[in-house]
Order: sequence, then C-alpha cells, then structure tokens
Amino acid sequence: LADKAVPVPTPESQRYWDGTDVGELWIPRCTTTGRFFFPPRRFSPFVAGGAVEWVRATGRATLYSYVINHRPAAGFEGDGPYAIAVVELEEGLRMMTNIVGVEATPERLVLDMALTVSFQPRGERMVPVFEPAVVSESPR
Amino acid sequence: VSHPFADVAIAGVYNGPQARRRHGHTSFTVCLEAVRGLIESTALPVTDIDGLFGVQASEITYALGIGPAWADEQHGKQSSILEAASLISTGLLKAVVVVQGRANVYTDKAAVAPWTRPDNEFTIPFGMYTAAEFALIARRHMEVYGTTPEQLATVAATIRNNGHNNPEAIYFGRGPYTTEDILESRMVADPFHLLDCATTSEGACAILLTRLDQARDLNCKPVFILGGGCNVFGPPYKYPPSWDLIGRSGENNGRVGSTAARDAFAMAGLSAADVDCAELYDPFSFEVIRQLEAFGFCAPGEGGPFVSDGQIGPDGSLPITTDGGTMSYSHGGGQLLQRVARGVLQLTGACRSCQVSGAEVVLASEGGAGGLTNSVMILGSEQP
Repeated sequence: LADKAVPVPTPESQRYWDGTDVGELWIPRCTTTGRFFFPPRRFSPFVAGGAVEWVRATGRATLYSYVINHRPAAGFEGDGPYAIAVVELEEGLRMMTNIVGVEATPERLVLDMALTVSFQPRGERMVPVFEPAVVSESPR
Repeated sequence: VSHPFADVAIAGVYNGPQARRRHGHTSFTVCLEAVRGLIESTALPVTDIDGLFGVQASEITYALGIGPAWADEQHGKQSSILEAASLISTGLLKAVVVVQGRANVYTDKAAVAPWTRPDNEFTIPFGMYTAAEFALIARRHMEVYGTTPEQLATVAATIRNNGHNNPEAIYFGRGPYTTEDILESRMVADPFHLLDCATTSEGACAILLTRLDQARDLNCKPVFILGGGCNVFGPPYKYPPSWDLIGRSGENNGRVGSTAARDAFAMAGLSAADVDCAELYDPFSFEVIRQLEAFGFCAPGEGGPFVSDGQIGPDGSLPITTDGGTMSYSHGGGQLLQRVARGVLQLTGACRSCQVSGAEVVLASEGGAGGLTNSVMILGSEQP
C-alpha cells in the first residue's frame, strides 16, 4: 500500500512547513492590516505590495465544515471512514485538515465545535491536524 | 440598441461517441473525430473555419489543413463559446469551432477523473479528493438550511432517470432510479453516496459558431446566445472550497455563479421565470440545489424544497439536465460544452429523449463550488 501523500513545500510555504515539522503552527499576517491569511504568500492579499510577517498561531480553531470520507485516498486505507475538514483558526484564516481523536460521525462532529491543533507525520514531514478541544473552564 | 450577439449563431453541435473508455483513441483523436462530425453534420465548407478553440486547437488546425487560423489552446468551455461569439460579433472571425474531449487518460484505473484530483501541499496530505471537496460545500448548506440527503437523492434520481431514457447516454437503460436507490448506494464522501456523484468516461464535444447569415446558408436552425457570464474564484481542486470564501467584491463562493447569472439574465433581458429548461452542470447532486439558488430559480436555502416538489423532472416546471448529464450521459472531457450542446438540441427540437415541448429559452451552466467556478449561458430560439 502507498503511504499518505507528503506535502512538498514551495519557496512561499517553506517557513510554514519548517514550523509544523517541529510541532509549531506558524502563519502569515499582513503587517499593514494585521489580518492573517492562507495559503502563505510573499505579499499580502489585502494590500497592494503589503509586507508579510510570520506569527505563531494559538492552535485554537473551530470546525467550519467536514466530510466523512468512505473512499480512502492512498495511505488512508487502514483508517476507516475519516474526517476531512476545513477549520477556521482563532486568527481568522481557514485551512484543510483532518479531524482526529474523535469518532468520525455526524453526531460527534458538530459544526463550529472548538478544536486544537496537533501534528501527524506524513513521511518525513509533520502536518497539522485538529482534535476536539479539552474544555477546562465553563464557557461564558 | 441591438443585442451584441444578434448576428451570431450556434450553427451546430456534435457529440462524438461517449464511453467509459474510448479504446484506441487519444484526446487528440476524439477531438478531431468530433470536429469532423460537426463539419459533416452541418455541411460547413471546412475552409470557412477561421477559428478553433480548445486544448487541441492547433493540432486540429494542422490536421485539417485550415491554417493560418486563429487557434487558441484554451480549455474548451463556456467562456470559450462566449469569447468566440464576441470575436464573431466584432468581425475578427467568421466561423469558430470550440472543441474539448479526452481519451486514454484513465491509465491507472482510477475512479476519480484524473484532471480533478487535488494536487497541492495543503490538500493531499489529508486524503482529499474531488468528491470530498464538493461534499464540504454540501455539508455546510445542509447544516445551515436543513437540506436533506433525500433532497440530494431526488436530484440524482431525476438526472439518472433522464439518462436511463436517453439512448445516447453511457448509462442508458440502467434505471429507473428512485431516491431510495440513490440513498442505498454505498457511501463515498458523506453526504454523497456513489450515485450522487458523476461518472467518469471519455469522449468529445464540438460546437460551431458562425455569423447568422452563414448559419442560414447552412440551412440549420440557428440558436442564439442571449446572455452569458463566467465566475471564477480560483483554480479548482487546490484550495479549501469554503462556502463563504469571499472575494473583494463581497460575493461568496457558495453562491458562485450568482453574478454570472445576474449578468447573463440582464444581457438577455430575461429572468429565471422565463427559462423553459435548465441544463445544469451536475458533478454532484448537491450542485444542482446550489445552482438553483445561485441562479435565482429560488431563494437561498430553498433549493432543497424546490427539487422535492417535482419541479425538476421532465414534466415539471423546470426540467433539468435532460440527457442525463455527467451522472449518466457522459463526463468525458467534453462535458464543459455538453450542457450548451444539449440546450441547442432542446431549442432545435432534436432531442431523442426528454424533449421539452416548445422550449424557447434554455439556461446552461458549467462548474461548481467545489471547483470555485461557475459559468452560465442563456440560449434562445429567437433572434435577440
């Protein structure tokens, strides 16, 4: 069986993958507007010629949408139905990911539920995945 | 003020053979086959062709010996047709063939159309593929508006039954289908069952546009382009297909196609209520519900109830995708032209199945929100 696909960084995304490889989620921010964006670019998508800085994300996110996938992609054959999701980071940007640490059923995957980042290997790299946040204080 | 396409006609459409596999063919040979079929069926003098649009355009120009021609190797789709019509209306071109097709591309026996496979560092590590991209869009709609799997299945059953009745469809005679049949097919990418998804196949489609006077010389029944519009948010199958991915205009991806439809209807001087038949692009069942809302056939969130009311069936108020679409007719490479081709057949009364009696206005679409794109054309039997 083939392994799960390994992301191949581009010059624009190398900083991002350097972060995930050591278990840190670093994301680009427009220095002019303060807005975060994704995928990484050398220039801000919000301001013409706008500069970009890298900031370490909190890792907190919410579940924007998901699909419970029953037809496994290469490397996912042993996982059973798995959740592919779009999550929205606390910083406001969205990214594709997998939801782990929870049964992949509509009952357990509730839109807008709180998530936290963790990391899984893909070949020599680490990629960000998300799991339900542990609620440590009463929501107010 | 006269309509910009008043003197432009779609003078002919031609679908070559469509099949799961076109053995012994390449993408070039199926495209050439379709162009030759188009020339023969319209009796167009081949030397009259001065424009060719499609990935194989320059190869076909060489093969037919019609150079020097305006050969543009773009992907043949609705924007190509609108660009061809615009070039004819300016007088730069007189007769343009738009062609697209594929063969010999399923070399690894894959069930996912190879040209749609996500290939991006931010998607493939997560086991992403085409059906799942579209399912992400559908899931959000189902949660927000209460759209149900049964409503999705109603779309799939309707389109697959149209294909079941179409002798030219790859899945001719495979039905009939009930919504239960769709829901009982195996789950692929929840909420999509296998039968909620397009098939994969091979084949080509070619469309001829000419000046109206030449179309009349060809003794065909000309079809007119009343309006059109193209919406693209980005490259398909690469970035997360969020429902509310928002462009600088403030429009969002979940309703991609809405400004294209607005512009198309404005150009046509018509509204959704004037459409007799909607040849909606159907890569996945949910996309029909999404487009019905984006194009203004119903309000946001009302697409599910709209399809439940029987309106989209062959005898309903708005028959859709009457040849079986990509689910049953073909998803063979020419599919981005085939909604327009079917619309032309409807308007000329040439459909062998599901002919909508007296159809005068047809909306044809292409693309979908999983692909971050949607185009719309409005076709008519009367000169605008």
